Amino acid sequence: MKLPPGRIVPSANAAPIGAGRRGFLRRAALLGGGALAGSAPLRAAAAGVDDLPPNVPAWSRTLGAPVLASPYGVPSPYEAGVKRRESPGLTRTPYSSVSFTPLQNLFGIITPSGLHFERHHAGVPDIDPHQHRLIVHGLCRNPRVFAMDDLVRFPSVSRVHFIECGANTGMEWNNVAVPTVQYSHGMIGCSEWTGVLLSTLLDEVGIDRAKAKFVLAEGADGAALTRTIPLEFALDDVIVAYGQNGEMLRPEQGYPVRLVVPGVQGVSSVKWLRRIEIGDAPWNTREESLHYVDLMPGGKHRQYTWIQEAKSVITSPSGGMTLLDRGYHQISGLAWSGRGTVRRVDVSVDGGRNWRTAMLQAPVHTKALTRFRIDWQWNGGPALLQSRVIDDTGYVQPTMRQLRAVRGTRSIYHNNAIQTWRIDPSGAVTNVQLA
Amino acid sequence: MSSWRDIVLLVAMAALSPAPALGAPQAPAYGFGKPATAEEIAGWDIDVRPDGKGLPHGHGSVAQGQLLYDAKCASCHGTFGESNDYLLIAGGVGTLAGDQPVRSTGSKLNHATTLWDYIRRAMPFTAPQTLTVDETYALTAYVLYLNDILPADAALDHNSLVALKLPNRDGFTTRHGFLRRGGQPDTRNVACMRDCDSGSKLASQIPEYARDDHGNLAEQTRALGATATAKVSATPPPARDTLALAKQSACMACHGVADRVVGPGFREVATKYAGDPAAEARLAAKLRTGGGGTWGAVPMPAQPQLSETDAKALVRWILAGAK
Repeated sequence: MKLPPGRIVPSANAAPIGAGRRGFLRRAALLGGGALAGSAPLRAAAAGVDDLPPNVPAWSRTLGAPVLASPYGVPSPYEAGVKRRESPGLTRTPYSSVSFTPLQNLFGIITPSGLHFERHHAGVPDIDPHQHRLIVHGLCRNPRVFAMDDLVRFPSVSRVHFIECGANTGMEWNNVAVPTVQYSHGMIGCSEWTGVLLSTLLDEVGIDRAKAKFVLAEGADGAALTRTIPLEFALDDVIVAYGQNGEMLRPEQGYPVRLVVPGVQGVSSVKWLRRIEIGDAPWNTREESLHYVDLMPGGKHRQYTWIQEAKSVITSPSGGMTLLDRGYHQISGLAWSGRGTVRRVDVSVDGGRNWRTAMLQAPVHTKALTRFRIDWQWNGGPALLQSRVIDDTGYVQPTMRQLRAVRGTRSIYHNNAIQTWRIDPSGAVTNVQLA
Repeated sequence: MSSWRDIVLLVAMAALSPAPALGAPQAPAYGFGKPATAEEIAGWDIDVRPDGKGLPHGHGSVAQGQLLYDAKCASCHGTFGESNDYLLIAGGVGTLAGDQPVRSTGSKLNHATTLWDYIRRAMPFTAPQTLTVDETYALTAYVLYLNDILPADAALDHNSLVALKLPNRDGFTTRHGFLRRGGQPDTRNVACMRDCDSGSKLASQIPEYARDDHGNLAEQTRALGATATAKVSATPPPARDTLALAKQSACMACHGVADRVVGPGFREVATKYAGDPAAEARLAAKLRTGGGGTWGAVPMPAQPQLSETDAKALVRWILAGAK
């Protein structure tokens, strides 16, 4: 059966809430998704009724695909809509751009490597790991060149950390600008990173601890991106990482080796790492003077705004979704803090007037995404969903109003405001801001 | 750094970091890798600090820079550095404190060394690390000339580049809570639980015209579980190639899609003429013959090269929200 392509998901207002609406919207959504995802899901959706009990579906009456049908496994074609996306109009060239993680579709705390947001400043280099080198030099006794062979021989660690772009949620400083959590909060990912601690390498080259105050990290890409990292971080938990979620880094995540600077804005986690220089003063690089600086009211820029403060967002339900039924819904989302661990997350369904404390998924890692969940009975009325994180320093995630009172609306970076999703009686969920 | 006082502050804070563990090894503990030779380091060590550390000696003039710029840079950055298609490199000096800050290399830059460093490491965009030292000096001089920071007959060398005091030299501060994990936050929300003063008045939502800007949301949310995908509007998205037509026709030199450049943003135009059925024909004619006075003093130049069909397509697209 051939269905007309395109926009056959009806307005959510087209059917009243109650009997029949759920199935109606579900079918419509499946058809809409299937039409865009490809012909196989479309056929299945169209033929779906025949596969339900008591009928025995076609896939139960035939052989499936053999092993190695896909030597490196890929998601089901029914999941084709789950992918990174650019925000139209945000950047002028895909070679210096950003793609956003589809947080609305993810579970738990780990971001699949292929869905981890991308930010490159001069495209993704194609690096032969056997020809790649990392030079560590500057204020040290024994400057050294490390091949990948060398780096993987050092004692390794595997740790779960988020990486969040400093500009995440930057489009929302003035007003609501984007429809879904993918675009509003999707410049974040969380992975299990494996590598050697930077402190191990700094010891290996005999860092001059009396004079050294900062290190410079530099990429091997066409941007040769550079960032200053204070020694306080470099000697603590910074990882020279080659592994992500159990395998080598993906090219767009820095293959074969990158920095992971936990809790610090993502641009410091320099990808395709080729050089670490140890110095005694910050470098004022382009990415810490012309960009990644926060414009304050009065015209001054805050410089070296390394820390990502505590932040949270509800990912389900979230913008672009439609609640199908009244009754039970699990509200679920993500919280994190660049200063440490998430201690508590509160959720409000009335725009911040009353709050309840959510459950946190264990284990809670430091400087990592933390999943929270809370039960909710939707009575069909309008609702304003918010989440609010408190980290282990006692810091409480601020409101948009509180942030603007201090920083105005032009700072681009470090927008960690409480997010509001409005649910209208039709069940439609939209991005709103309150005042 | 806005000032040496800030640098001193920052370095002093770093010095207060927790003392590292004792017993750091004197010789490589593992012995992996090999010693880096001076020659190997020199080939890659290209960073330049504001104090001039790392800046090679050389020389380049504004005039030499103009020739290089026109050949290698103008296609992206515009003849006068005015193009915002990539990152704006000229203009807006002194505007950062106002209501409409213009963010450009000229308005934000605090040290000319940073511009030199960046041009050498990352420009031209499609052929980075191909410029010579002297070419880098010349291009740095020319970009500063485009910002009225250097005169047309100027030239730069190591000493003059480091000594140059830029308009935004004191425009940066490190007095904030983001330097250290224990830094002091600038907001103090409290975790009220009951009958809180939330100010829950609706202040902002996606405008109707922008609802489909991010594509078909139905495709972007998994249709399993308690939620379905969002409705999408009944009107199909307009063809994207109208934007290309607008760029080809030089519209984008004076108009942004959303924002005013010299003339109004396309969406401002759409808002102004919303509900005016005669606007399409009137504006299509005006595109070709020119106009003035509607949006301020700067006239809209005539565009006789536009065909009637293209003019109508552009206006229809603009009035539909330029999506």
